[in-house]
Amino acid sequence: MTARKAASTLFMGALWVAGLVAVIPLVLIVYYVLLKGLPAVHVGFFTQTAPPPGVPGGGMSQAMWGTGLIVGMATLISVPLGVLTAVYLSEFGRGRLAVGVRFVAEILLSTPSIVAGAFIWALVVVAMHSFSALAGAIALTVLMWPIITRATEETLRLVPDELREAALALGVPRWKMVLRIVIPTAGSGILTAVMLAVARGFGETAPILLTSLRNDFLNTNPLQPTDAVPLRIYNYAQSAFPAWQTLAWGGAITLLGAVLVLSIGARLLSDRQQRRLG
Amino acid sequence: MSDLQVIGLNAWFGADRVLGDINMKVEAGRVTAIIGPSGCGKSTLLRCLNRMHEEVPNARVTGKVVYGDWDLYGPDVDPTDVRCHIGMVFQRPNPFPTMTVLENVVAGLRLRGHYDRASLHDNAERAMRLAGVWDELKDRLNRPGGRLSGGQAQRLCIARALAVGPDMLLMDEPASALDPISTQQIEDTIQELKETVTIVIVTHNMQQAARISDRTAFMLRESHDRPSALIEYDETRVMFTAPTDKRTEAYITGRFG
Repeated sequence: MTARKAASTLFMGALWVAGLVAVIPLVLIVYYVLLKGLPAVHVGFFTQTAPPPGVPGGGMSQAMWGTGLIVGMATLISVPLGVLTAVYLSEFGRGRLAVGVRFVAEILLSTPSIVAGAFIWALVVVAMHSFSALAGAIALTVLMWPIITRATEETLRLVPDELREAALALGVPRWKMVLRIVIPTAGSGILTAVMLAVARGFGETAPILLTSLRNDFLNTNPLQPTDAVPLRIYNYAQSAFPAWQTLAWGGAITLLGAVLVLSIGARLLSDRQQRRLG
Repeated sequence: MSDLQVIGLNAWFGADRVLGDINMKVEAGRVTAIIGPSGCGKSTLLRCLNRMHEEVPNARVTGKVVYGDWDLYGPDVDPTDVRCHIGMVFQRPNPFPTMTVLENVVAGLRLRGHYDRASLHDNAERAMRLAGVWDELKDRLNRPGGRLSGGQAQRLCIARALAVGPDMLLMDEPASALDPISTQQIEDTIQELKETVTIVIVTHNMQQAARISDRTAFMLRESHDRPSALIEYDETRVMFTAPTDKRTEAYITGRFG
């Protein structure tokens, strides 16, 4: 009995240590980013554009709007595409095409993001003779589509077959069964998949570096080079000016904050649905 | 209500032929029980009657099922129409978790394009009364459908199947996941339902078959390289007192299965 208790204590201890080891880097990252970046975060940070070299102050508003534009467009493209692909794979795909699509999604999922950037650079930027927010959005779609597809397919597969059969046995056509029973039942899971992909899109640097380039000024034209928060961080972090480096840390805070809000939002929504489903 | 004729019916899962040359007549307005040991193809036969079998990947059916003078496997028949006339209740209660009690009952109608609120509500009340669940749930129509007890959920599913207005109901071991009291309620419901709908019920519980059915079919798969066959089919009292086939007698007296 004591041996078993000792073993239990030992393993519980090991689990606690493992848990702590996982949390420590996260806490350190947040602490360090706040420490370095908070001095940059003030009203001007959100309203002003990039300062000239050596000039104090300035902000990142052009990069935040740019990130919103690029990720927004990428979300508009990749969410319908990803969800529809997942519905096809889970509900209709039985033949070779489904195997092929799933294989492609899996390969894309593990493709280095710079490859996606280079690919879209060759395909879109070269063809259109211009770096642009649209090219950046397409490059992000290459990364977000497989995330949404695979995660959504997994949640759709979790919907019990009993519910599908119940609907079919009521004389409901298959497409309507999918639309009105399967997708709503998987709702919170699909939402989580989307949030996951959007969070990924916020943070990606390499694909938009090769497609959106950068822009020191606020740009709302999707066909023009556009700034983004991760690009700014990348540029400022490499610079020699301490003021710019501080701005880079401030950018890091914004990204962390955005991802945090998204994660909490996803969690709240999925909790609410879980409670509703009992 | 019409009689349903099963003529030379065969069913496959992939290369495995699970039903072999089934012929039987389901009589209108009566309760027909299908009994037999596990894996004897009772559920498969049931699912062939409203074209649900073919929803399983690689599943296949040959032969005929004729309802009145309607050939259910005819070339121009839409399976969704068949299922509106021949409804189904499953072994595990399966209310739609995203819908309320009321939405569950009218789901079949709404998903087939009926939206008139008043008529939907009337239909729901009628179906829930038939299923014997109106009095219990009429004050909880807007509660989530996923949080009922097993017995209530199953009777809700019966109401959901009835709301579409079928004149035949296929029940696949509808009480086997329920406690004895809920089972009793389901059996009472079946007795009242047979005034309005023809019922075919699959059960592995022979006492249940003897209690509730008018006619009983006994199925058996004698070896894995042969398909299941309909061994004997007769009035329930004959089947349980004086069966013709030795295998029926052996099963009913509990010597196997």
